[in-house]
Parts: sequence; structure tokens; C-alpha cells
Amino acid sequence: MGYDSIKLEYRIILDWIEGESSVLDLGCHEGELLSLIIREKNARVHGIEIDEQAIYKCVALGLSVSHQDIDNGLSEYGDATFDYVILNQSLQQVRKPGVVLNESLRVGKEVIIGFPNFAHYHTRYQIFFRGKTPITPSLPYEWYETPNLHFLSISDFVEYCQKRDIKIKRTAFLNGIGIVRILPNLFAQTGIFLISK
Amino acid sequence: MWRILKRILSRLCRLQLIDLTMSGTIVLESLQKVKQSESIGLVETRYFTFAAPPDELILDSGEKLPVTLAYETYGRINARRTNAILILHALSGDAHAAGFHDGDGKPGWWDEMIGPGKAFDTDTYFVICSNVLGGCKGSTGPSSINPGTNRPYGLDFPTITIKDMVNAQRRLIDHLGIEKLLCVVGGSMGGMQALQWVASYPERVRSVIPIATTLKHSPQQIAFNEVGRQAIMADPDWKGGNYYGGALAAKGLAVARMIGHITYMSDVSMSEKFGRRFHNGKRNSKFEAEFEVEGYLHYHGDNFVRRFDANSYLYITKALDYFDLSNGKTLFEVFKGIKAKFLIIAFKSDWLYPTYQSKEILKICKLTGIEATYCEINSTYGHDAFLLEIEEETHLVKHFLKKVFNGYAVVEDYGI
Repeated sequence: MGYDSIKLEYRIILDWIEGESSVLDLGCHEGELLSLIIREKNARVHGIEIDEQAIYKCVALGLSVSHQDIDNGLSEYGDATFDYVILNQSLQQVRKPGVVLNESLRVGKEVIIGFPNFAHYHTRYQIFFRGKTPITPSLPYEWYETPNLHFLSISDFVEYCQKRDIKIKRTAFLNGIGIVRILPNLFAQTGIFLISK
Repeated sequence: MWRILKRILSRLCRLQLIDLTMSGTIVLESLQKVKQSESIGLVETRYFTFAAPPDELILDSGEKLPVTLAYETYGRINARRTNAILILHALSGDAHAAGFHDGDGKPGWWDEMIGPGKAFDTDTYFVICSNVLGGCKGSTGPSSINPGTNRPYGLDFPTITIKDMVNAQRRLIDHLGIEKLLCVVGGSMGGMQALQWVASYPERVRSVIPIATTLKHSPQQIAFNEVGRQAIMADPDWKGGNYYGGALAAKGLAVARMIGHITYMSDVSMSEKFGRRFHNGKRNSKFEAEFEVEGYLHYHGDNFVRRFDANSYLYITKALDYFDLSNGKTLFEVFKGIKAKFLIIAFKSDWLYPTYQSKEILKICKLTGIEATYCEINSTYGHDAFLLEIEEETHLVKHFLKKVFNGYAVVEDYGI
């Protein structure tokens, strides 16, 4: 598998991670990103994942993972235990995103967050003109089966960080094709942030 | 069979979206599992006697003891002696973990996990299992002959602890010429021994698999054991432990075992297994075993008496109750400096060793920077699950051991 075929989202996260670092992935799913981080960055990694079948996949990849809920799996770590804590496509699914973010900023020196942008023009269109809960490539679920508990936009997240003096160090905004450079809150389906306290 | 087929199908469906070649290998793996009933065949129990006077084993209590350990081995040690795995048994287990004894139709207690192509693959690994100190299946215990009196020890047998069991096993491992164990693994009391092993001899263990176990026995666990002990000691045939040569404390031991069996199952597994069905299809009267669940408990209670010594039950349950890995230190001190990797397995419906106890093991690993994997298997079997959830355990153990044995960080070919 070549570098080019890696999902753009993963490639951005990989580029932000220093070699030989330590990484905690919250909601690591089947371990794709963590395996890449080990291979590309020779990092020391751990994943937390609530889905049992996903845990079996991770173990088959040789990853070290905890079958736990990230809503209460972080208190065990000391401050700044990891160089990076990753919350890729998982923050919107936890019960208390504020608590998880605070805890991530405590146990990680830096935190990488990726989430679907609820203010993308597709979602705006579907709500405004069709009067329906939006279904888009980055928000592909019907209202009755979505694992997402919270919906936020890129602007929401920037405002959240500003209010709490959280430093936004790097950002990347993506749509289905590539990087979005103008009006990300309107044109990006996914926002990725590197933040720290 | 149906479960396996279902799993193959669901894996196929999921994996087609990701990578076809990978699903191919997983199907193969699952198919192998189907015909994997292969056993290692005939095995024999061997005996290792050591610590003869005046160099007896010094116990936690300060007392001294000459020791024989019964043990079995499966597979072959490799040239560099790096493939040895020590299997540690639970309360009523023994050295006979796999294969068949000559003339016996029943395999060892963890046969489904140990053998060619199984979780503990005897084509790759050298597997050892010994009967614990204090036991009654060939290792020195209260039913053994006291060399001082030429009669069974009975209650003259010294109090033993999990640590004593492990210290005795260490002598066996020395005897077998193994400097470093690839893995120490066990469920329940076996898990406690595994934890004690890595705490006592951190430099001699490369990985630990504690299953359905705890860092210390809880008051509830002690309470259940105490009821079992009281049942034994209330039996008039127990005679202060001096029953050898006469009638066995059969009723007391059977009741203790019945209590044990209740705690090993779950509400759901009992409902599924017995429902409210009657044992002989109809109601009896006068308090004979009527319900199927009663019949089951009676059967297992009576069976147990034939194969287990009541005094051993007293000593071993006491060893369980004394178990507290921290032993006066902080857990942080105990775990600091351990380099072994951990695979911690727990079962959702286990109420005797609830998952919070396994999460405490995970927690101290995280705090001390030990590489640990934790999986909570969604089983309805209760504590017994560690002997029954073979497919899930096999998957976890196989991959974990492969990683530790080969020393890689992550498998090379992951189709993403």
C-alpha cells in the first residue's frame, strides 16, 4: 500500500505527528490510523475503543488497545502522558465532549481533533430548503440511527477554543475531493485541528 | 458451527468494503478453526521433587516445606528456550490442561485452547502446566504424607499463599532450564498466579494474560469462600481435618462446590441452561432434587468429592482470600519497572470477578506505562466464560502471543 492511497484525512494527521512520539487514539475504531502511525512514525501508541468487534481487529493488527468508553477512560493517565491525543471522528459521539476535550488536553501535550462540519453547504441546503435532517458523505446517518450525539460546525469549534484560551496550532479543512482553502465553514465537510492548552 | 459460519459471512461482508485479500485470509483462519478439534494426543503427568530437608521451600508464613509438583508439558522447547508458556490453573484445576491420559476419554481442562493450531499452539510454543502447591492432584498438599509423622498432613499442613504457589513454580521453571517465560497465563486463581509471577519475577516474564481475575480478593469473594469452608468444617466426617483413611467429608465438600458453581454461572446462563424444568420431568416430593438446576448442582457436588480433597479446598480458598498483590506496598511500586506486556480479558456477565477488577489491572498498567490490551468479552456465561468463550479468547491470545514472540510493533500487511 503506497503513501498516496492513504486517506487524505490520515495523511494530514500523519504529517502533524513527530517521529518516535507517543500517541493515544480515542475511538481508534479498527486501528487503521494507529497502524499507519506506527509504521510511518515509529510511535508508541495506544487506542481506546468501545466496540468489541473493532477491538478484535485491532488485536489482530498487533495493536495495544483498551476496550473502554472514552467518556471515562482517561482519568487513569497522568498529565502530559502522551505527545498527542487523537480524537478523529469521535468527539461528536461522546456524551460529554467538553469533559473529554479537557481530559485530552490534560493527558496529551497536543490534541488532534477531526469532526464532520455541520455547517457545510450541503447540510445547510437540506435543512433550509428540504426541511430535513441532513445526510451527507461526512454525516451519512438517518436521524434514528446516528451514533453522533452532538453536531458542531468549524466556527463552533473555533469559538469554543477561543473562549477557553485553547491554542489552535494547525488546521486542515477537507471536502470529498481535497483541501478547502476558502470559507471552510461553508465548503469543508471535515475540519481537523491541532490544539493545545 | 452456525456461529462460525455467521461470523465468516459477517466478516466477508465487512471486509469486502476494505480489502478482498485480507478477508480471504480471515476466512481461511475461520475454516481452520472448524477442523481444529485436533488434540495433542496422549500426555503424561510428571513429578518434580525439590526442597528436601534441610533446604525446604520457605513459605510466606515462615514455615518450611519439602515439595513435589505434578506437571505436564506440551510441545517442544526451542533451541533458544524462548517459547515457554506457563499455564496456571484455577481453584479446582490440575496439571492436566490438555490432551488425554491413557485410558481416559476426557481431555485436560483447557484442551480447547492448548494443542496444534490452537490459541496456545503447541507447534510453536512449549506449554507447561503444574498443579498448585496445596493441591491434591500430585503436588504437595494437606493430603500428602508428612515426612515427620508418615501420616497425611491434614491441618498440620502450613498455610499457603498465591505467592508460595508461584515460588514453587519458579523452582520448576528453573529445573526445566527456562530463564524467561514467553507468557504466564491463567483465569481466576490462575490469573492471580500470573499477576504474582510478574510482580515477584518481573525479569523472567515477557507477557502476562490475566483472565477474569483481580489484584486482590474482595469481601464478597472472601464471603463466598467462607461459606464453602464452613460447610466442609460442619460435616461430622471432616473430624478436624483428620479424615484420611476413613469416610470423606463428602457432604460438606459437595455443598462448598455447589456454592462455587452458583457463583461461576450467571442469572442468564442458568435460565438458558435449566429454566424451571424438572429434573425427572415431574415434581417429586420431600425435598429431593426436583429442578434441573438442583440436579446439576448435586451432580457436580457429588462428582467433585470423588476428585478433590476437602482440606485442599480449605487451604486453597484461604490462599485466594489472602491474595492482595500490593501486599503492604503501593500498587505503583509493585508495577513500576515491569516490562512485560499485558493482555487483560474480562467477561461482562462475570459477577464473581466483576469487570471492574480487571479494569483496575488495566488502570495500574496505564499509570505505570505498561503496554496493556484490555478486552471485555460480551459473554452471558458468568465466571465460567473463561473456560467457554474459546473462539474470542483464541483470537485475542493467538495474535497477542504472535506479537510478543516475534517482537514486532504491528503486523506488516494490514489492508486499509
